[in-house]
Amino acid sequence: MAEMAIKKKRPKNLDLPTIRLPLPGILSIIHRISGAAIFLLLPFLLWLLQGSLASPEAFAVVKGVVAHPLAKIVLLGLIWLYMHHFCAGIRYLMLDLHKGIDLESARLSSKVVFAVSIALTLIIGAKVLW
Amino acid sequence: MVNRILVGAHYGLKDWIIQRATAIIMAVYTVIFLVVVGAAGPDSYDAWRGIFANGFIRFATFLFFVSVFYHAWIGVRDIWMDYVKPDGLRLLLMIATVAVLVGYAGWAVQILWRM
Repeated sequence: MAEMAIKKKRPKNLDLPTIRLPLPGILSIIHRISGAAIFLLLPFLLWLLQGSLASPEAFAVVKGVVAHPLAKIVLLGLIWLYMHHFCAGIRYLMLDLHKGIDLESARLSSKVVFAVSIALTLIIGAKVLW
Repeated sequence: MVNRILVGAHYGLKDWIIQRATAIIMAVYTVIFLVVVGAAGPDSYDAWRGIFANGFIRFATFLFFVSVFYHAWIGVRDIWMDYVKPDGLRLLLMIATVAVLVGYAGWAVQILWRM
């Protein structure tokens, strides 16, 4: 009898399609993935900077690489990773200062992070890559 | 009775603070860099090189790189600690992470001062 009562009290939700990561959670995992991706791309970025500064010839090589459509897509993706990490990071700094920690503002600020990081990516991409 | 805690000799707090301090340095540098590049609009080698020939930008860029590498160490270390459970493999990955980041720091110095 007692066991039955306990079992009844425990809610179960195995309807998996109804379970999803909320937006602040998506922001959080992208923050981690973007950080890891930038870490892995560091040698590529240092190589680009080295080439761009080493000599006019190396600058031309880097310019040629960056002008390739595939490289542009990779770099646009990289700019987005950086901008997401940047905006989400500022949000985390605000949360550290106990600003916007209630559920409603936390959800709103994650929406702002996505909107601002995508907007900045498009602006910087348009100016630098195209 | 000696109530001695053998783990956590402030390592966590120190890294927590450094992660945030380096984040602020990188964020400020990012804004400065975007403003400088946006204003100069460098489309030639000489214009691009001119930006980094400036002493302040060179210093700030070096500080940015050091911040990136230290910040990356803390973040990547957290990833290894979260997902890699065997101690030996985790230690190996941490050492490899430090090794490449120290190497990158030397590379960054070379890029900035030998251009």
